[in-house]
Amino acid sequence: MTTETLSFIFLNAVLANNFVLALFLGLCPFLGVSGKLNTALPMGLATMFVMLVSSICAYLINIVLVSFDIEFLRLIAYIAVIASAVQLVEMTLKKFSPGLFRSLGIFLPLITTNCAILGLALFQTFKEYDFLQSLVYALGAGTGFILAILLMAGLREKLELSTMPSITQGAAVSLMLGGLLSLSFMGFAGLGG
Amino acid sequence: MAKKENSTITWDTFSEGLWHDNPVFVMLLGMCPVLAVTNSAINALAMGLATTFVLLASGTLISLLRHSIPKQVRIATYIVIIATFVTIVDYTIQAISLDLYNALGAFIQLIVVNCMILGRAEAYASRNRPVKAVVNALGMGIGFTFALLCLGVVREILGAGSLFGFDLFGPRFEPWVVMVLPAGGFLVLGAWLLLFEWLKQRKERTELEPAAETR
Repeated sequence: MTTETLSFIFLNAVLANNFVLALFLGLCPFLGVSGKLNTALPMGLATMFVMLVSSICAYLINIVLVSFDIEFLRLIAYIAVIASAVQLVEMTLKKFSPGLFRSLGIFLPLITTNCAILGLALFQTFKEYDFLQSLVYALGAGTGFILAILLMAGLREKLELSTMPSITQGAAVSLMLGGLLSLSFMGFAGLGG
Repeated sequence: MAKKENSTITWDTFSEGLWHDNPVFVMLLGMCPVLAVTNSAINALAMGLATTFVLLASGTLISLLRHSIPKQVRIATYIVIIATFVTIVDYTIQAISLDLYNALGAFIQLIVVNCMILGRAEAYASRNRPVKAVVNALGMGIGFTFALLCLGVVREILGAGSLFGFDLFGPRFEPWVVMVLPAGGFLVLGAWLLLFEWLKQRKERTELEPAAETR
């Protein structure tokens, strides 16, 4: 059991160790869905929700696995839980907001293979957080993801209005922007550990 | 079986993953490990080999089982198969070298969610004979390892002044610390993509010009 305070865990996950810009987790949606602000926000919220659900489930599953001494099944158990949580979000969105469901497209089922979510479940197990700490960690990671994807989407919307050399069109310039964002987030490094 | 399978194995089956459809540089799949563990060449190589192993093993098994997996639960089945092999790799690396295991950290277990592996399972292994799937997976794996090495080598030379742990420039070299930090990963991959795009456009121009002259 670690003794880190809740506010430290939250700030650490949002800024100093931002999941996307410092730990390189969840890059596929970060590069893929960050083209427009109005799809980036729902994507971020959906990811955050799946993070919360899977964090709670992962915490409970880990107790069961440890009590039966079968930790080698951890990976398989976690991924199964995440896949079901994503299915839940997908069905909810399809029912209540079909337009949004279509605009997110292939990236919605791909939340399953978003490493930020499995990474979160694994990290909270490594760090031996208790239930409340895990929850705050998931909240922080989700907020950090939303922050990163919104910043990126804002930058890319502005970029569409400017003229660029033809070789920088597409992924290359997104990566460069990601690098600059990541550089600026290094300024928060003193906050966390 | 309902669908007739094209079963000929050509050089393209193997080489498509190496260059033309390189998973990293062209398809931009599996970016997380690409950027996260390439701060030194040796980490990049280890990660590439581990991923190649999982790709090969899961590709073979999925291809063998392709007619007995029900269509509705195929993704879940693929994920469980991949997770099994990743668990094997995880424990193997831990047994071989604890240093390497600590350097790669959670990213070995995160091979499970590498979109490239699931993508190949869905798009290729589930539709082709085992032999063909293996050949293609090998090409993809080598292409992935090659891309990781491209990044790892540049970042290690610039960021630490060494290559595979050997000192290159002597003590007077001032390392570019930013290259081994997260920001460096984005910038180096961006630079590689710019280079490839430039080469591609130059090739297209040189192909177009002679055609214009003859007209």
